Order: sequence, then structure tokens, then C-alpha cells
Amino acid sequence: MSAAAESSRTANISSRSRLRLPVFYGFLLPIVFLTLLAGVGIGSTHISWPTILRVVEFKILPQAWTASVHITKADEVIVWLIRIPRVIVAFFVGAGLAAAGVLLQALFRNPLAEPGLVGAGEGGVLGGVISFVTGWSATSVLSLPMMAMLGALLALFLVYAMSTRGGVTPVATLLLAGVATSSLLAAVASLLLSLNIVNWQIAQEILFWMMGGLDARTWTHVWLCAPFIVLGIAASLVQTRDLDLLQLGEETAAAFGVDVESSKRMLTLTAAILTGAAVAVAGLIGFVGLLVPHGVRLILGPSNRALVPASALTGGAFLVLCDLLARTIHPPTEIRLGIVTAICGGPLFIYLLLRQYRGVANP
Amino acid sequence: MTALIGPNGSGKSTLLRLFAGLWRPDDGEMLLDGRAIHSLPRREMARRVAFVPQEAQIDFAFTVAEILAMGRYAHRGRFSPQAEADRAAINSAAAHCDITHLIDRAINTLSGGERQRVLIARSLVVEPEFVLLDEPTANLDVHHALDVLQLCESLSRQGKTVVIATHDFNLVTRYVTRLILLQGGLLIAEGAQEEVLGPQTVQEVFHVEAEVIPTKTGHPVYVFHQRTR
Repeated sequence: MSAAAESSRTANISSRSRLRLPVFYGFLLPIVFLTLLAGVGIGSTHISWPTILRVVEFKILPQAWTASVHITKADEVIVWLIRIPRVIVAFFVGAGLAAAGVLLQALFRNPLAEPGLVGAGEGGVLGGVISFVTGWSATSVLSLPMMAMLGALLALFLVYAMSTRGGVTPVATLLLAGVATSSLLAAVASLLLSLNIVNWQIAQEILFWMMGGLDARTWTHVWLCAPFIVLGIAASLVQTRDLDLLQLGEETAAAFGVDVESSKRMLTLTAAILTGAAVAVAGLIGFVGLLVPHGVRLILGPSNRALVPASALTGGAFLVLCDLLARTIHPPTEIRLGIVTAICGGPLFIYLLLRQYRGVANP
Repeated sequence: MTALIGPNGSGKSTLLRLFAGLWRPDDGEMLLDGRAIHSLPRREMARRVAFVPQEAQIDFAFTVAEILAMGRYAHRGRFSPQAEADRAAINSAAAHCDITHLIDRAINTLSGGERQRVLIARSLVVEPEFVLLDEPTANLDVHHALDVLQLCESLSRQGKTVVIATHDFNLVTRYVTRLILLQGGLLIAEGAQEEVLGPQTVQEVFHVEAEVIPTKTGHPVYVFHQRTR
């Protein structure tokens, strides 16, 4: 009897410690909205809100209605061609990386898995670099995201094959395989950079990819990444029950009816689409896929049906915020976006790693 | 209820996985209703045969309710929401295994006995014909081990075919009606306890000296002595 009372007491505690979905979204949606507004409204050049609103009106309403709206060319360029596309790209890249993180953590059954860590990021970078030096990117804009996704996919297959035996991925092997593959791919990208140093424009693009960032993103970049990331997130949402079961182990998943091999292939492909599309427009930005799913999991619990959409939205807002910090913290210079995400994510990564090793040491 | 018994490495777990269709036989065929198990669709097998893996650490803080809901994977279409039948199966399995009060707890905060009952409940959620359990009592103290075995017995009284793989035959003999003794991947004997587990057989298969002591339940227990060389 007392044991039952004890259990029901802790039951209350544990269910209370998780936030209900409507409450979570009640907080998150306003935060997302405010973050997007801040991203557009704040910048090195001060532009008043009424001006921003006028530019947006002028751009999205039919011309006949906006004939009387007066805006300067400079305001129009800054708001419509610089800030808004940059914020939208940041949002989609953050959403894509966070969703990819959720998938990879379930696939590797390891909370440390993250696009940048398991080779997918560098694979995407190398794919993008190849598309540039071969000149394919000049023949078709789509070749860039396509090559980035292909690169991410091949890198993921390679790391998975190296690190996983019989459905089990030891942390050490995962990290080693991820680091080794990433270094190798980065070296190849650097080699291509060295070989193309004569062509400054290409070299600059390659450098951009290798460092990651959201400078000078245009509407073209929005259209290059948004459809793929929306597709990837939709595909992830369809697979959330497979993810839950895979997270408990491949054998359990198979016993309850998951076609493990085909499910893993679909997940790998989806993660590659998300990572590739993000890398294609922003280069490699680390730790978003680690930090965001981990934080959301603490609040909502590990169930992937809630985790995937919540992480995507949170990841979008998070990256918009990081980018805002990166470009306003020390004006007029911009700090690289990857530095901001690494400062947020690095300590968490170290904490998780230490905890896992303590777990191994005294189970 | 049937028990697969044998020393470590005798093939109990392998046989159980072949029954569940998780592994494909290198040679020969496993048949269910005259059809080869590995050729049956994964989802169909999962609806008929529930497999309770050997107690594994679950690192993610899923609630018991979420763990149980996973048992309905093969019953629900990819896009269909949880139906009344799913909820009914979950509730009745939870009630049967006496874990209703744990339903909101995180699985990684439960004791070993509670966790094993949750995993058995998840196999009931499937509403299967067969329940296969791999070493269900391996990490439990005697009290909780008997608890789990009683639960298994109650499933078999419900008309399900229950098969457990274990090396601890002292514990299971009073609950099972049929024993299958394996050694080195071969079937050594099959039948009731007295036919299968004679002292001579136990000595040969487990490499120990066995003393057979009668008890009040009618099922003798075995006391083991290291064989003198």
C-alpha cells in the first residue's frame, strides 16, 4: 500500500515535470514570432518599424494598392533583399539541422549524434564544393543542394557502416568514425580549395562553405533550401513511430513490426536531405542539431511525435537568434555564426560526453 | 507454458529469435501455419508473435504509457491516430500486469521488477497468439521473479502460447507444462520435468552434480555441486 502511494506520488511528479503540448506551443509560437520580428527589425543600420512595414506592404500587396507608399531604395534593399531572406534562410537551416539531429540521435541511438558530428555536415560541404569547382552550379542552381545532399548521404552511410555493429553504436566508435570521416572530407574540400585558389570567386565560395554563415543570403537561397527542408520535416513526421521503436533497439523495433533495414535507409535519406539542404545555403553550422533536440527532449520527453515538430520550430528560432547575436554583438563586424552556436553547444556536448562515460564506468 | 532451457550458449535465445522471425535460419525453414516465418510480412508476424527481449537498459525517458503504445505499431496505419481498440488493448494489458499506477512514470525510473512487468504488458498490448520471453527473470530477485513467472502463467491460461528461454530451471519448473532442453544447438530432450530433467541428464548437460530434493509443491528442486575431477 505504501509502495503504491509512493509510486503514485512520483507518478505525479514525473508527469508534471513534462510540459503539455498546448502549453509548450503557447510559449514557443510567440517566441518564434518575436524572434523573426527581431531578426528583421534589428541590424547595423537602424530602420524604423513603420518603414519596415511599408516595405513589406509595398512588396507583397498588389501594386495598385501601394502606389501611394513611399520608400527609399536603400530601405527596400536592406529590408527586402538583405534582412528578410537572411532571417528566413536562418529559420529553415535551423529547423532542418535540428530535425536532422533528432533523426540521427534515434538512428545511432545516441544523444551525441549530430549532423556535424557524424560526417553528414562535411559530406554536404564537400558535395557543394565539388558542384562549384566542376562548374555544375553554374549550369543549374539545383546542382548545389543536390550535390550537398548526395555528399551528406554518402558520408552518413560511411560513418554508419564504420561505427555500428549488430545494431549497436558505441560512443567511442561513433565519435572516431565521425571525426575521421569529417577530417577526410574536410581535407578533400581543402585540397579542392588549394587547387582552385587561382579563381578567387570559387575559392571564396569554398571558404564560405567550410566556415558556415548566413552572410549575403538572398531569395534564391530561400527557394533552394526551403522546399527540401519542408519535405524532409514532413518525411520525418511520417516516421516518428519508427523512430520511437528504433530508439529502444533494433531487435525490439523488428519484434514490434518495424521493417528495420528499410526504415533505417529512409531515415538516413531524410537526415541527408535535411542536412544537405541546410549546408547548401549556409555551410556547416555545428551543434544546432545537438543542442535543440536535447533541450526540447528535457521539456517534452523523448516521444518523437512531439519532438520532431517542436525541435524544428525551436531550431529555426534558435538559429535566427544566434544569427542576430552574431551580427549585432560587436558592430560593425559580424562574428561568424558557427562561433555563436559552438559557444552555446560545446559545453553541452562535453557534459553529455562526460555523463555517458560516467554511465559506462558505473552503470 | 513452455520453457526452453539449457546452459549458456546452448541456443535458447537463437531458437526464440527464429520463432519470432527476427533471424532467418541458415538452413531449413521455420513454419507457422505451414508458411515460412521469414517470408511472412514483418507487420503480420508482429501482430501474432510478441517478443520480450532480455531486460535491456532503456536510456530514453519514455513514459510507461508511451512504451505500451509502441506495442500497437503493427496494428496502426502510418497515418491513423490511436483508435478505441488501441486504447482498450493498452488499458487491459496495464490492468492485467498491475502497472496502471505506473502509467505516467518514466521507464528509466522503474525498478527491475516493475520494468519487466511493463515490457510484458507491452507484449500483451499486441494481443498476440504467441508470447516469447528471453530470460524474463534474469535480473530479478526471487520475489519479483516469481511474480513475473506467475504473470506469464496467467497469459498461458488466457489461451496464449507462452515460451520462455531461461537457464534457471529451478525457478520455472513449477510454472511450465513442457520443457525443451537444448545443448550446443541440439534438442536433447522434450516433455514434462521428470522426463527431461533427470539427475543424469542435468549432470551431462550442465556439467554439475545435481541433487534432486522433493518439495511441497510436488516439483523437486535441484541443488548443484561442482563435479569433482
